[in-house]
Amino acid sequence: MASIRTEGGAISLAPSARRNEARSWEDNPALLRLVSVVLFAGIWQIAGMIPVSFAFPTFVDTVIAFGGLIADGSLPKAYLSTLQPLILGVVLSAFLGVGLGTLCGLWRTGEWLLIPVFIVLQAAPVAAFIPMVTFIYGIGMTAKTLAVMILALPVIVLNTYKAVRNVNFSLISMCQSFLGTRWQVVSKIILPDASPVIFAGLRLGVAAGFVGVVLAELLITPTGIGDLITYNRSRANYAAMYATIASIIALSTLTLVALQWIETRVFRPEKRGA
Amino acid sequence: MKILGYRVPMMASLLVWCAVWEIVGRLDLMLMLPPFTEVLRAVVELVQTPSWQSATVTTLRAFFIGMALSIVVGVPLGVLMGRVKLADELLGMWVSIFSSAPLSALVPVLMILFGFGEKTIVAAVFLFAIWIIVLDTRAGVRHISPSLIEMAKSYGATKRVLYIKIILWAALPEILAGIRLGLIRGVKGVVIGQLLVAIVGYGALFETFSRNFRMAEFWALTIILFAFALLIADLIERLEAKVEFYAGARQ
Amino acid sequence: MPMTEPVDSIVEVRGISKSYGNIEALRGVDLDFPRGKLTSLLGPSGCGKTTLLKIIAGLVEADAGTISVNGRTVSKPGPERAFVFQDFALLPWATVLRNVAFGLELRGRALAEREKVARHYIGEVGLSGFEDKYPHELSGGMRQRVGLARALSVDADVLLLDEPFSAVDEQNRRKFQEDLIRLRTNQNKTFIFVTHSIEEAVYISDRIVLLSPRPGRISQIMEPQIDRSVDPDRIHRDKHYLDTVEEIWQGLKQYVD
Repeated sequence: MASIRTEGGAISLAPSARRNEARSWEDNPALLRLVSVVLFAGIWQIAGMIPVSFAFPTFVDTVIAFGGLIADGSLPKAYLSTLQPLILGVVLSAFLGVGLGTLCGLWRTGEWLLIPVFIVLQAAPVAAFIPMVTFIYGIGMTAKTLAVMILALPVIVLNTYKAVRNVNFSLISMCQSFLGTRWQVVSKIILPDASPVIFAGLRLGVAAGFVGVVLAELLITPTGIGDLITYNRSRANYAAMYATIASIIALSTLTLVALQWIETRVFRPEKRGA
Repeated sequence: MKILGYRVPMMASLLVWCAVWEIVGRLDLMLMLPPFTEVLRAVVELVQTPSWQSATVTTLRAFFIGMALSIVVGVPLGVLMGRVKLADELLGMWVSIFSSAPLSALVPVLMILFGFGEKTIVAAVFLFAIWIIVLDTRAGVRHISPSLIEMAKSYGATKRVLYIKIILWAALPEILAGIRLGLIRGVKGVVIGQLLVAIVGYGALFETFSRNFRMAEFWALTIILFAFALLIADLIERLEAKVEFYAGARQ
Repeated sequence: MPMTEPVDSIVEVRGISKSYGNIEALRGVDLDFPRGKLTSLLGPSGCGKTTLLKIIAGLVEADAGTISVNGRTVSKPGPERAFVFQDFALLPWATVLRNVAFGLELRGRALAEREKVARHYIGEVGLSGFEDKYPHELSGGMRQRVGLARALSVDADVLLLDEPFSAVDEQNRRKFQEDLIRLRTNQNKTFIFVTHSIEEAVYISDRIVLLSPRPGRISQIMEPQIDRSVDPDRIHRDKHYLDTVEEIWQGLKQYVD
């Protein structure tokens, strides 16, 4: 049956502590990243200039449109509408998810009852539920927040559960040998030991949250980033549309990179003797 | 989990939830939740309708073409990134960005480029599935013990032989894992693609059912879809298990 | 080997049995541990020595039998016993100081007090200056010293050590053994020591309990008469030491597969 193998192992974008041994330009990661971005922009620009499709604006056009969207306030307004349910949904999912995951990690019956449900929810295309959610809860904050939670909660629960279950048993045994109470075992051993993986789960939850809110807005609700995309598409303002899409992808990426950086700084993996 | 001393497998709890579903539905507690048995009946009826059958054909076709493309492009790309450092440095950033970005934001772009038909759906599947396939393939290739490569070269293996007989096989466990995750994402891609395009396949059906509040059929379709996703994930997992035996001994 | 008269026993094991499924790890074990001495549990793998140690520590529940410490029956961990783990079991996210003080932290002692105690024992095990280091910055041998200091800090009567030097390299192992002998004379504690190394057991123990496997039971108890007041390196060439090691090895050979 489907396992709990959650996804991970994406290449870290956060600048890791690299030794300064740039022997040649090929070895300099920062420079190469810059080259990569420039190449990407360049290819985009050229592709836009070839008449492949009239709907493919050049890189420069997109940047100009981006500026325009900020200037006339439509982009900031849209983000205000998008970020509220995103943040609310992620925060709610974080508290609920870590709580449920810890519960399932410590309590066998809870594990038996809830984990299969979340395994199914993580593997299945729960996006199919989003139209129904908006149908029932209307087109406002509630529906969008729920859309975020539907997508973020399973991954947070499963990561937390895995982390709690895989705590180094030797440490728990040690704590018990020194007369630690149940609560001391949870607070001094289990939660600190599980916290890196829990945080990784939260990071994945944020990524899922972005997916949820964009999807909800593309499908039905007439506000936010998703709506801005659809609107510009219907008006054939392709440059503006591309600019909006690029901005949400950029925002999502930057947020995740920031979280990853925090993860490596706060939960120093080398301290864990991994 | 034990009941009366007998070990009960975890997935059995889903049966408990189905029972809860049945009760909630019977008691009419939630508007959009008909009894489970009614949903099951709807499943049986649904699979016999021509509209479902043609929608399934469309969906499956788009799914498999998209997946095939993502594997055919993704695996070699992953191998390239795993073996050639320059490619890795240049492309790695983008692969990583796209593997965790809200890809549904890109579907409108696909809609403009490929129109409102099946091509867009294929493109959506491709887009959703490929990144994790590339990442896992790359990881698998990078984990190959250098002495294995040296051994092959010392026995005179040509580049072609090296890749086909050694590298692909050594990285196979990770490649399969990537394909499994890619399949799950591909299913999400086909659903999201169809929801957004809304005049094709399952997306259209979902639209019709939810708009007309035909809840039993909505859930029936959902169950079929979920079952499909879990089934293929399970199949690949079995395949992975067959290859797993040498994964541990590769050092 | 002459058996000495029964002395004051701090730990008494009566009729302990433990099975894991079909495997009988221990069957009907009766044993006394003399106060203030170092007793080793020695035997091949599968003889139940670690199981017995953990039952005495209260970390594992026996199927039958009782353990009493200082005359009182015990079944769970208690303040009079302290355990030293084979894999060190240090909190990777805490400094050496906090790790050593951890036992006292769990008992609710005030910060200043427990740090003072911890610093004292960090000195005792020779880790002065390393208080603010993290486990990953220490070698295996140093990490085990932290584990030892932690066990000493809680001022228990009985120290239980589960193959404490098996994860430590050879050179450090010898040094540890010498330190342990010195520690035993300084501290007024009883040591119960599990090992699979014959030389180690003969080197440091006042009493050696030999266990045989399948099912785990006591096969022999010995008290090697070795003069430990001499230079440590001389002990390894002492005739009694060598004879005892050889005798034990002959007895255990049959269990090696």
